[in-house]
Amino acid sequence: MSWLTAENLALVFAALTALSLLLYGILDGYDLGVGITLPMHNEAWRDTAIASIGPFWDANETWLVMAVGLLLVAFPAAHSAILHAMYLPAALLLIGLILRGVAFDFRAKVKPAQKRNWDWTFKAGSLLATFSQGFMLGIYVMGLNYQLSSVLFASFSGLCVTAAYAMIGNAWLIGKTSGELQRHAIASCKKSGVLTFGGILAVSMINPLVNANVYAVWTEPPLAYFYAAIPLLCFGMFALGYLVLKRLPLPDDKGAWLPFWLTLIIFVCCFAGLVLSFYPFVVPNDMTLYEAASSKESLQIIFFGAIFVLPFILAYTAVAYYAFRGKADDLKYY
Amino acid sequence: MLDTLILSRIQFAANISFHILFPTITIALGWLLFYFKVRFDISKHPVWMRAYRFWVKVFALSFALGVVSGITMSFQFGTNWPGFMETVGNIAGPLLAYEILTAFFLEATLLGIMLFGFHRVPGWAHTGATFLVALATTLSAFWILALNSWMQTPVGFEMRDGVAHATDWLAIIFSPSFPYRLTHMLLASALTVCFLVAGLSAYRLLRGDNKKAPQLTLKTALFSAALLVPLQIFVGDLHGLNTLEHQPQKVAAMEGLWETQQGAPLVLFALPDEENRQNRFALEIPKLASLILTHQLDGELQGLNDFKGEHPPVAPVFYSFRLMVGIGLLMLAIAWWCSARLYRHGSLTPLQLKLLVGMTFSGWVATLAGWYVTEIGRQPYLVYGVLKTRDAVTTIASEQVAITLTLYLLLYAVLLFAYIKTLFVLAKRAVDVEEYDLTQPGLPERKASATAEGASA
Repeated sequence: MSWLTAENLALVFAALTALSLLLYGILDGYDLGVGITLPMHNEAWRDTAIASIGPFWDANETWLVMAVGLLLVAFPAAHSAILHAMYLPAALLLIGLILRGVAFDFRAKVKPAQKRNWDWTFKAGSLLATFSQGFMLGIYVMGLNYQLSSVLFASFSGLCVTAAYAMIGNAWLIGKTSGELQRHAIASCKKSGVLTFGGILAVSMINPLVNANVYAVWTEPPLAYFYAAIPLLCFGMFALGYLVLKRLPLPDDKGAWLPFWLTLIIFVCCFAGLVLSFYPFVVPNDMTLYEAASSKESLQIIFFGAIFVLPFILAYTAVAYYAFRGKADDLKYY
Repeated sequence: MLDTLILSRIQFAANISFHILFPTITIALGWLLFYFKVRFDISKHPVWMRAYRFWVKVFALSFALGVVSGITMSFQFGTNWPGFMETVGNIAGPLLAYEILTAFFLEATLLGIMLFGFHRVPGWAHTGATFLVALATTLSAFWILALNSWMQTPVGFEMRDGVAHATDWLAIIFSPSFPYRLTHMLLASALTVCFLVAGLSAYRLLRGDNKKAPQLTLKTALFSAALLVPLQIFVGDLHGLNTLEHQPQKVAAMEGLWETQQGAPLVLFALPDEENRQNRFALEIPKLASLILTHQLDGELQGLNDFKGEHPPVAPVFYSFRLMVGIGLLMLAIAWWCSARLYRHGSLTPLQLKLLVGMTFSGWVATLAGWYVTEIGRQPYLVYGVLKTRDAVTTIASEQVAITLTLYLLLYAVLLFAYIKTLFVLAKRAVDVEEYDLTQPGLPERKASATAEGASA
C-alpha cells in the first residue's frame, strides 16, 4: 500500500489520538460533570444522577487510556515531553479519577451511614480530575512552562473546563431524568452554560494574543474565513441552547436531549479550534507530529488492528447506549 | 533524600502491586460468574442467580479498582520511564495498543450490561455480555503477559541505533517464557478467587447463614482449589525450569546459591548475606536443588558468583520465593483437608471455616510474592539483556516523585482497607437477606423478617 507512508501514518495516528481525546472530553465530560454538580442535599437525586452514568463511565474513561496509549505508542517522544512537564497535575488527575471511580462502587455497597462520605468523595474526585484536566490544557496551550502567567492562565482554564463539564453533565441529566431533578438540572445547566460561554470567549481572545502562530492561523486569509465559521457556530449554539433551556421542560419531554446535542457541538467546535491552532505541532512550538512519530512498521501493525477493531468498539458501544436508552429513574444497580 | 531512580522504582512497584490485585480477582471471577449464569440459564434455579448477584458486586468493585489503577499505569511509562518507550517502544507499543483495542474497551463497555442490564436486555444477551467480559479480562492478561514475558526473554527483534525494531511479531508475542508465565498467572488468578470465594462463603456460614448459596459457592471454590493447587505446583515447576534455561541468575537468587556446584543443596531457609556473598543460618537438604532443577543428583547449577554485577538483589527474591511456595503448600493442605471433609460429611467444622476465612486473601500474597520473584529477579535489567532499569528512568526531580509516591501510598492504603472491609460488609449483609423469591429471581433483594435477623445475630 503505497499511500501508507510514514507521513500519512503519522497523520492518521494524530487524527486517531485527537478523536480519542475529543470523545473522552465529551463522554467522560458528561459523567465527570454529573459528579461535579452532584446535589448533596438530596440523596434520591444523587442515586438517580449516579445511576444515569452507571452503565457508561467505565467505557468513557477507557477513551483516556486510548488517547494516552495512542500518544504513548505513536508519539513516544511527545508523550514523555508532555507528561514530563505535567508530572504533578497528571498525578492529581489520576488521584481524582481513582477517588471518583472507587467512590462510585463503594457508595452502593457500604453501610448507609458511610454512603454520604463516598458521595462527597465522588464529587471531590470529579472536581479534582476535571480541574487538573483544564489546568493541563492551559499549561499545554501556554507551551508547557510554569511561569506565573502560565499558571494563572492554566488555573483559569481549569475553571473553564469545570464549567464546561458541569454544563454537559447537566445537559445529560436533562435527557436522563424527569420531574424535580430534571428542573434542577435545567437551572444548573443555564448557570454553568453562562460561565462556560464567558470562559470560552476569554480563552479564544487570550490564546491568539500569547501565541504568534495561533494568531496567524486565525487571521491570515483565505483559510481564516473558513475558520471563522467555528467560533460563529460555537457561539450560535450557546444562543440556541439558552433559548431551549428557557422553554424546558416541555410536555411529553420534547427536546430534552437538545441541550446535550448542542453542548456536544460546542465541544467539537472548541476542540477543532484547538487542533487548528496547534497543527502540525504535538508539543506546542517544539515538536511536530511528524518528528514525534514512532517507526513506520510499528504504526502499520497497530493501524491494521485498529481498522479492524474500531468498528466493533463503536458497534458494541452503540448496543450499550441502546440498551440503556430512556430515563435512568428505574435503573437498578445490583 | 532517595534518588529519582529508587523512588520511581518504589512508585512503579507500588502502583503495579496495587493494580495486579484486582485483575487477579476479575480474570477468574469473570469465568466463575459466567459459570453461575449458565447454570442459572439451564436450571432456572434461583440459587445460581443469588450466587451470581452476590459475586457480581465483588466483581464490579474489583473491576473499578482495577480500571482506575490501570489508568495510572498508562501514565507511568511516560512520566517515570521515558527510556523504556524510547528503546523498546516499537515492540511494547503495539502490544499495549492491542490490549486497549481488543480487551479494555470490550470489558469496560459490556460491564455496564452485565451489571445493570439484567432487566434491560434478553437473558441470552446478558449471559453473552458476561461471557465477553470474562473473555476480555483474559485477553487483557494475554497481551500484558506477552509484553512482560518479552521483557524477560526478548526475541524477534533487532537493535538499530540503540532502538529495538520488531522482526518477527509471532516470536515476540509467543516469547520463550510466555506460555509458562500466562498459565502460571491464570492459575494464580483461579486460586486467588477460589480462596476468596471460599473465605467469604465460610464467613457467611460462620455467621449462621444457612441458605443454599454460600454452601454451593463454598463447595465450588474448595473442589476447584483441590484440583488446581497441584496443577499450579506442576506448572510453577515447569516455569522454574524455563527460567533456569533463560535467566540462570534469577534461579540462583531464588535458591540462594552463591557458588556454582554439582549436587547443589535445596536451601529451605537462610539469611542471604550479599555483602559477604554467603548464607547465614542455612537449613539445607543436600543435593535436592540439583535434583529438582536438573533431574540429576549431581547436576550442575550456576551460582551467583558467576554473575557478579549482573544479578538481582538476592534477599528479596530469595524470601519472596519462599513465601510464594509456602502459601502454595498451605493452600494444598487446606484445600485437600477441607475438600475431603466436605465430600464425606457435606459440611465443614468451625475450625476449618475459620481457617478458610483466614485464607481469604492468601492468593493475593502468593501472587504478589511470585511477581516480586520474577520482576526483582530480572534486575538490573528492565528488558533482559537489552535495557538496564537505571537507563530508562526520568529526569524529573526526586522531590516531585517523592510527593506523588506519598500520595499514591496513602491512597492505596485507604482503598485497600476500604475494599477488604466492604467485602466483609457485603457478606455480612447477605446473611440477612431472604433465601430467594421463587417467582421473580431477578428482583432486588429485600430485608429478611425480624426473626431471621435475630437468628443470625
